Amino acid sequence: MRLTLEFGGGLDLLCNSVKIHHVDVDPKTGEDKLSMRDLLSWIKSNLIKERPEMFVKGDSVRPGVLVLINDCDWELCGSLDAVLEEKDMVVFISTLHGG
Amino acid sequence: MDAGIMNGGASSDDILREIERLEGEKMEIENRIHLLQAQLNSKTALDASRKEDETASCPKPPANSFRNGDVSGEGLRADMIYRYSRHLLLPDFGVEGQLKLLKSSVLVVGAGGLGSPVALYLASCGVGCLGIVDDDMVELNNLHRQIIHVEAYVGKSKVKSAAAACRAVNSSIKLVEHQEALQAANALDIVSKYDVVVDATDNLPSRYMISDCCVLLGKPLISGAALGLEGQLTVYHHNGGPCYRCLFPTPPPTAACQRCSDSGVLGVVPGVIGCLQALEAIKVATAVGEPLSGRMLLFDALSSRIRIFKMRGRSSHCVVCGENAVFTQQNFQNFDYGCFTQSPMSDRSSPKLNLVPESARISSKDYKELFDKREPHVLVDVRPAHHFKIAAIPGSVNIPLSILEGKLSTIDLALEEAGQVSGKHASLYVVCRRGNDSQRAVQYLNSNGFPWAKDIIGGLESWAQDVDRTFPIY
Ligand SMILES: [Zn+2]
Repeated sequence: MRLTLEFGGGLDLLCNSVKIHHVDVDPKTGEDKLSMRDLLSWIKSNLIKERPEMFVKGDSVRPGVLVLINDCDWELCGSLDAVLEEKDMVVFISTLHGG
Repeated sequence: MDAGIMNGGASSDDILREIERLEGEKMEIENRIHLLQAQLNSKTALDASRKEDETASCPKPPANSFRNGDVSGEGLRADMIYRYSRHLLLPDFGVEGQLKLLKSSVLVVGAGGLGSPVALYLASCGVGCLGIVDDDMVELNNLHRQIIHVEAYVGKSKVKSAAAACRAVNSSIKLVEHQEALQAANALDIVSKYDVVVDATDNLPSRYMISDCCVLLGKPLISGAALGLEGQLTVYHHNGGPCYRCLFPTPPPTAACQRCSDSGVLGVVPGVIGCLQALEAIKVATAVGEPLSGRMLLFDALSSRIRIFKMRGRSSHCVVCGENAVFTQQNFQNFDYGCFTQSPMSDRSSPKLNLVPESARISSKDYKELFDKREPHVLVDVRPAHHFKIAAIPGSVNIPLSILEGKLSTIDLALEEAGQVSGKHASLYVVCRRGNDSQRAVQYLNSNGFPWAKDIIGGLESWAQDVDRTFPIY
């Protein structure tokens, strides 16, 4: 399944400072759907190059990270259980505090 | 004047042109008279209001009278009409919008990179009462982004500086200077005097504190943030929308909280977000348009992209604004926001760590001594490469902390080289910007084959302060 992943607010620093990643992620063997839970564990093992604790906590994202699926807060579409579709755009943003 | 016209030999066209020219001059003179009258009026009004009220507060005027004499019960005074004419010409804003603005009060928390454009725009566009709160002083390294301050105010109060700039733009509005840090102890008192709050702060605990305070007092909160080349903006606790805690019930780990003084920020970026905050404040204060409530704007300066996404609604479980929330004003005043977020309520200083024993440390003065005695040694600077390019101690080797692990052989080689020259065993010192990362590096080196490695206490900051006063600080 082709997806576009975007990392912002400093999260890009965890994956070689690359903001936008065009990736191909397949559902786990024996399953026909790809959930956000599956995507997170895929990202953790394939994209995050350093300090994984800056991205994940438990099986979800760490506090202070917003997740958008097609420009919508993932809390509005099922969070970890949200099912992804071909060409979906998933954005991970760390909240900023500076001024 | 045209000689031809005086001679009476002019054509009708010439005469018409001359009339047009004189009409133009007349209009310009009338405009100047209007402006001078406005200045005179506002001076009188300002003097009157100063006599009337010297205290730092933004009292609510009774429904149909305005204490400054700026707005009459019915409408706008002539000089106001002239000053705000371009607003009045907007069908969507008009006299009604301007009147609402002149009757509104806005508190800007933070007179920094975000607060600069916020305060300037809100003052110039005629917010009736503008409060600015900050306890910081203007520093030279603020000026690239905090455009409200000028060189003459370096070392002086940011609030004083910002208020002076706002007064210079519009002397007809009421400005309230709060020269103090907004904290749980004073926030309820200060915030309660305003209609709209703008969060233009630079740290995490303040963001939670301001949001909680706005929920308790029922104030809409215009929240902006900027760092590096990115900015974020939203309106909290407005039209049934979420509060800061609905979105972020748990604070992020301290290591995830980057600060402008560490990570840098391109001057224009907070400027862009601050301008948008001023815009949202005006929209909320006048109930014009659709405020950015329940949505968040993300600005990426590097790729020139703006993304606006739909946020979750108010959380029924929110401990502050949720259905069963029991968070009282008393709870608020006793709440330790610094402890809750594990970070200080200021962007200014990073905590000084003590990670390695005294025996593994050396003062910058002592290092200078052995440097002068040409003691064989290697000085490793563990800052990121772009920091090293700003300034470095002569002879130091740059190995950023993030790649130290893979560079131990480089250190080995350098030590060998330094030792060969003198025939003595070379010592190993580590330096960074402030003396925290150098300790992390020494901790690692001590347990990975370099038990004699020492860190320079206080880093380059102490080097600049105690050894080389000409060494640039940043
Ligand atoms: Zn809430």
